[in-house]
Amino acid sequence: MAQQKPISPRVLMMGNEAVGEGAIRAGCQCYFGYPITPQNELTAYMAKHMLEHGRVFIQSESELAAISMVFGAAAAGARAMTSSSSPGISLKQEGISYLAGARLPAVIVNVQRGGPGLGGIDPSQCDYFQAVKGGGHGDYHCIVLAPASVQDMHDMTVEAFRLADRYRTPVMVLADGRLGQMMEPITLYAAPPPPVPAKPWALTGATKREARNIRSLFMAEGGLEKHNIILQEVYQQIKRTEPRSEEILTENCDYAIAAWGTCARIAKEVIQKARAQGLRAGLFRPITLWPFPSESLLALAGKVKALLVVEMNAGQMLEDVQLAVKDRVPVHFSGYPGGRVPTTSNMLSALTLMAQQFRGL
Amino acid sequence: MNTKKNHPARRSKKQMLYQRPKSLTNVPMHYCAGCGHSLIHKVLAELMDELGIRERTIGVAPVGCAVLAYFYLKCDISEAAHGRAAAVATGIKRALPDRIVFSYQGDGDLAAIGMAETVHAANRGENITVIFVNNTVYGMTGGQMAPTTLVGQITPTCPKGRDPLTMGPPIRVCELLNTLDRPYYIERVALDGPQGVLAAKRALRTALTAQIDNKGYTFVEVLSPCPTYFRLSPIESLRFVKESMVPVFPVGVFRKEGVAIHA
Repeated sequence: MAQQKPISPRVLMMGNEAVGEGAIRAGCQCYFGYPITPQNELTAYMAKHMLEHGRVFIQSESELAAISMVFGAAAAGARAMTSSSSPGISLKQEGISYLAGARLPAVIVNVQRGGPGLGGIDPSQCDYFQAVKGGGHGDYHCIVLAPASVQDMHDMTVEAFRLADRYRTPVMVLADGRLGQMMEPITLYAAPPPPVPAKPWALTGATKREARNIRSLFMAEGGLEKHNIILQEVYQQIKRTEPRSEEILTENCDYAIAAWGTCARIAKEVIQKARAQGLRAGLFRPITLWPFPSESLLALAGKVKALLVVEMNAGQMLEDVQLAVKDRVPVHFSGYPGGRVPTTSNMLSALTLMAQQFRGL
Repeated sequence: MNTKKNHPARRSKKQMLYQRPKSLTNVPMHYCAGCGHSLIHKVLAELMDELGIRERTIGVAPVGCAVLAYFYLKCDISEAAHGRAAAVATGIKRALPDRIVFSYQGDGDLAAIGMAETVHAANRGENITVIFVNNTVYGMTGGQMAPTTLVGQITPTCPKGRDPLTMGPPIRVCELLNTLDRPYYIERVALDGPQGVLAAKRALRTALTAQIDNKGYTFVEVLSPCPTYFRLSPIESLRFVKESMVPVFPVGVFRKEGVAIHA
């Protein structure tokens, strides 16, 4: 791999570019992309910098082709990645299902915009269901990471490559247009790329070994069931090991906001404002959306009077929160389903309104 | 005494004239009687032996009758989603440029659902070899109409015969790709008898040799019999290839060393 340029400890970067630089520093060897707003800066960053590092960049003819190129490069043992935004991610679901079925590691970045259909180009969190429930056909999951800052965009891209190789599974970084477009100072990842594990399954040419194949087709009787059981065992291992969440001011907390990504970022300010007004508020932020940090949330549910889920959609993570807390605590919801990002005062009003209901009881 | 055992021809060093190619597994193939796939597999295996490339060849076998090619060819092989073989092959070749990469695709895969991938891989001049098996039908799903189904040909999805006014006429892929600048070699051959098998082998040798020499994109279309869905005997199917398919899909070299030579 080409030598990294000297590290600047702090740089000002746009979220989309921070993803690109994270991928390069994580040892991404092949990037395939297709233009779509609001992630175009990422594809442009890769066009410039992958080639500078002597790595592979192709602007593909479609999202279908891009994810299939990822499939080929991953099958050949390379660290491979693609990125897009909501309508493009729908097209990539075909290939993501094949990647999961063939147990190939790959990184997919979704800088979400509004939907359904063409929707809009404003930030949204409307692809939560698609990302965490599989997305394409078949019984599978991707690991889903939810950044809430430009630093997260950078760091989680590196982490996505590590997790993909660790579990031989596609990993999605689920960002949104706000995170993609905003600029912040970040500290660049300066360590060596996460080590690449041995890939005794990769197609490299059958030199002095038996020929191999990469496939998701299992026609022999019982073969597919056996394969799916192996996949499910991997998913169980991920569910035991990888759920991650962040909690802020959840000690001595009466009302907690549960939010991810951009909404969690806004909620961090909201809970401080609420505390200043005498409301004991806290934040529960899932960092991995799949596996969902259910156990941590359940533990918190026993300590608070109510939870407020805030999302830029019509209530998607809401369902996983409800499943996790098992009716131990009332769950309220405040949603922004049209590409609008809530302000701190929007979110504070929703929190205050919820708290008033409980005070009245 | 000049017994048979002592005959001069018998006493001379034994010479192997023909055997199963080393690159072909010794298992029964799932292909129907008279199908062209087994012949194309054999020719490909012979060429991997003769060119000495089996150990650095990676194939792509997408959805279609040949999706199980990895049971028969002793080289590394990847599956691909329907139509995406050229994109998967692109990913493999770009990741490992010194390997020999081929895709092995049917007419529905290559010219319907995968037309975009086909055209753009050719237009980028990817240094891969695309083997296009054109038998005018979707063999795996039951012989439905393909982009290359002949006018008037009956299939389950054109039960009154293909009507070019509502279904379009058959697409000639070699001619279409020949309008692009980057392809290095394009040829169409017909598996209409033993000569056709030799022609297929010669064309594939040219294509693979060009790839070994990093010349760029090579494309070989093989007109191939599908007796099951032609609803003809294997012998009649060869005649169908020769008499019905070749007039619509003329055989020959369309592109040689990057230059269009046959419009």
